[in-house]
This record gives sequence, structure tokens and C-alpha cells, in this order.
Amino acid sequence: MLKVKEPGFYTTVQDSGRKGYRHLGVPVAGACDRIAAGRVNSLLENDPGAALLEMTMQGPVLVFTEPTYIALSGADMEVTLNGDALAMEQVHRVAAGSELRCSRTLHGFRTYLGIKGGFRTEEVLGSRSYYPPVTKQRKLIPLMELPYEPTTDFEPKLLKLSPSEFWKEEKLEAYPGPEYDLLNQKQREMLYATRFTLGKEHDRMACQLQEHLPGHLIRMITSATLPGTVQLTPAGRLIILLRDGQTTGGYPRVLQLSDRAVSVLAQKHTADHVRFVSTPF
Amino acid sequence: MKVPPFQVKAFGPEAVLLEWPAAVREDILTEILGFRDYLIGDCLEGTTWELVAIYNSLMLYKGKPIDMEPFERQLREWFDSYPGPATLSFQEWELPVCYEGEFAPDLGEVAARLGTTAEEVVRRHCGTSYRVYGIGFLPGFLYLGGVPENLEVPRKETPRLKVAKGSVGLASQQTGIYPQESPGGWNVIGKCPIPLFDPVRKPPCFISLGDKVRFQAVSEAEFNLHRIEAEVGVYDFKKKYGHAKG
Repeated sequence: MLKVKEPGFYTTVQDSGRKGYRHLGVPVAGACDRIAAGRVNSLLENDPGAALLEMTMQGPVLVFTEPTYIALSGADMEVTLNGDALAMEQVHRVAAGSELRCSRTLHGFRTYLGIKGGFRTEEVLGSRSYYPPVTKQRKLIPLMELPYEPTTDFEPKLLKLSPSEFWKEEKLEAYPGPEYDLLNQKQREMLYATRFTLGKEHDRMACQLQEHLPGHLIRMITSATLPGTVQLTPAGRLIILLRDGQTTGGYPRVLQLSDRAVSVLAQKHTADHVRFVSTPF
Repeated sequence: MKVPPFQVKAFGPEAVLLEWPAAVREDILTEILGFRDYLIGDCLEGTTWELVAIYNSLMLYKGKPIDMEPFERQLREWFDSYPGPATLSFQEWELPVCYEGEFAPDLGEVAARLGTTAEEVVRRHCGTSYRVYGIGFLPGFLYLGGVPENLEVPRKETPRLKVAKGSVGLASQQTGIYPQESPGGWNVIGKCPIPLFDPVRKPPCFISLGDKVRFQAVSEAEFNLHRIEAEVGVYDFKKKYGHAKG
């Protein structure tokens, strides 16, 4: 078991998401930064969909009751295991009874902690990703216990990955969305020319940008949305849907981010900057 | 070759959007649902596809890059061989709603705006059946069409920060049930005791796209009984069987 002593600011269990229930309004969820989550599971030679912890802004304090191996990727965090500093992007052996303490994130927004074999928490609709009310849990809380299979004989093929700094990028690859053609010339130019600032409204569902575009009177019938869909409200606000984003919406979908760009965006803080970069199909 | 009634648009590199003429029409919805079932059953290969139909559109999400030009050609060929929605069947569900007291905080205001009584608002709301044009936004949220003109009231000027799960809302041409507690700007005129979405039930949402919903006014005592019946899994759904062309 992994025992939660302090849960951190917003720590959740995530895997590669809940597939096949979009048509019932269930968001896909899953690790916000799929690249970092993928690095952790690769290092541990886990299934790519193995469940791990997504730690936002302030990491938790955790106790491992069984021996295992762990790895960290994503936002830089100062992490200690029984008082010794742990490097990111590297496999570490963990003895039974060890205590892991995490700091605030130093750069970036979300850090991933993977464990050999993945967490074996309850699966709901084919996924372990927290998303209330589909799952009872919203985030880690004190005294919670997360099951995992003990491992003592893992010999990693790769001990360490070179650090990844993709999350520092400001550029987000963006394709024209289904309603892009309804924008006027000025709105299109501003979309690609503006250096946008992330607003305060920023969670796993969506993030809003501070700079506005000119408003519009485009009316559309509600239609499907995806993680990475950039919506433009009538007042000119840009809202980017993330992994827990709603499955349908009524605002014009002006851009669609690549999956990689959603991962880059997942590492941004309020007041960080992003630019949309036109990507041809 | 049939001329497809839809436009094909790329929706990012991994999804395609088919758009029928911009109208809320039962015949369009039926054609989309029939084509969706045909694509799933007879055309699309691989297991990663997810199809989301709502109102006048159908999104096909592959979860992997799609080679757009050949795929668009292929879609037109599939539509050409699509036999039509003749075999689709829909159900009509009767959902109990208590339109009383604290379950209906905006009922009086809605009646005043419409220049009628609360009883008449309830009679109008229960007097028609509503087509399910989409399921989305939140798990189990139904987009219902067919609100009579004499029930059209604007959204509340100030949205509530918390609307209780099961609340029945009314705003312009829309009515619906909040499947979970959430902020919301619709006028709350009642509450339904039957959860529309339950992740441990199979399927989690018993109402399907294209089905019809009719509301049945119940007392608070009946509301409480139905809530308990639904919790323990013995609630007897009253449903009538319908047909695509019916």
C-alpha cells in the first residue's frame, strides 16, 4: 500500500483515460501531460496505461509499505526519499517503510510519480482516472491507501532518461477548428499573433486565456468537443478544454490543439504565456 | 452515387466532423443515428473509434492520425451504400418529477413571466414528450428538444453557483435534468428522483440518443418513494416502445 500522510495541493490517480464513454457525456480524463506520464511508465517498463499519480503545484508526503521501484517526470519538484534527494527521470528503488516527501513544483505545473506495475486502485468504466462523480474520489486525501504489487527484482533496461524540457515551450501546435472559417480576418490574425497569458481559471477541465478577441455573434448548434478544443465565447474569451473537458459544447471551436500541445499546456501556470502556431493538416 | 447531405470537416488530426444542415429536426437526427450505427457495425475497423452524435452533427474520433482525403472519399462511399435508418427503434421514458416546494424554487417566477399559474406551467411541461437530441456536457446530461413555445422563458440573469443533482431546468427552448450538482443558469422548476447516470449500472445511462422523455408530476411522498426504489434498483421505469418513423 501507498499511505497518504499529506495529500499535496491537488493529487490524483490518472492513467491513459476512460475510453468509449464519450457518447454518454463522460470526459476521457487521464494524465494531463501524457508525455511526462509516458516517460514515467517507459522507465518502469509498465504498460503505457498504468495508473500513476498526477501531482499539481504542491506534491504529497507518502509512505510505501512494500518494496517497489518508482520514477518521476514532468514539472521539476524537489523530492526526497527518507531524506535523500531523488533525481527526476530516473528509476529509484524503494524499500518497505520508506517516506517520500515532495516540495512545490519549481518549474512547470504537474509532476508524475509512477510505480512499478502501476497503482491497482478501483477501475470505473475501464479506467482508474479520478473524475467525480464517475469515481467517488476527487483527489488524494489524508489516510487514503493506494494498493500496488510489491516488487524487489526489477532490473531496468534504462536507468535514466535525459531531461525533457518540452514543457518550457510557448508554442502550441494548433489546427483550424470546425468554426475557424467563420472568424473574420482580424480575429484570425489575433489568434496567431497574440502572445496569450493563462488566466486564473485553470484546472483539469479547461483553462481560460486573459487576452480577449473581438466578440462575435456566431450562433451554432451544440456539437462535440475534444481535449485541446479552443472555444471562443460571444464576449471574445478563449477557453481551451483539457483532459476532463466537457464532451459537447455550444461555443465556436476556433482551433484544435495537437495532443502534444495539450501536454505542453498542462505544464503552464497562471500568468505563463502561450502562442498558437498554425499547423497544416 | 448519392450526394451526401453532410459536410466533412477535419477536427484536428485525429477526428472528423460530419455536419448536416444546421437545423434541429427529428428526420436529421434519425438519419445521423442510423448512419452512426452503420459505420460502427459495417464500416469502421479497429477498436479505438468513438462516435459522438448530437443534433445535426456526428464526430468520428479515431485517437490516431487520420489520412483525411482518402477517409473523406471512403465516407462518401459508405454513405452511398448506407441503407437508411429504417430499422432503428427508440423508446419513450416517463420520468417522475416533483414540482413542489424547495424542489421548484423558480416555478413561481416562471409562471409570473409567462402570465399564468404554476399549475399551468407544470401541465405544459408534462403535456409533451421531448426528443433526446444529444447526451453530453456532463455524464448523462440530456439535450432535450421540443419545448412548447408557451413555456419559453429566458435563463436566469444570475446563474446559481450550486444547482442540486436531479434539478429540472427550463431556459428558452431547452429543458433538462442536471445529472450532478453543478453551477447553472436555468430556471429550476422541479426535481427528478431517478439518477440519469450511474457508473456501476450497465449501461450507465439507460436513456439513449433519439429516445423520447415525458415528465410525470408526482407528490413529494412519491418522489421519496421513487428515490429509494431507484437507490435499491427496483424502480419500475415506465417506457413505451416507439419507432424511427413513428
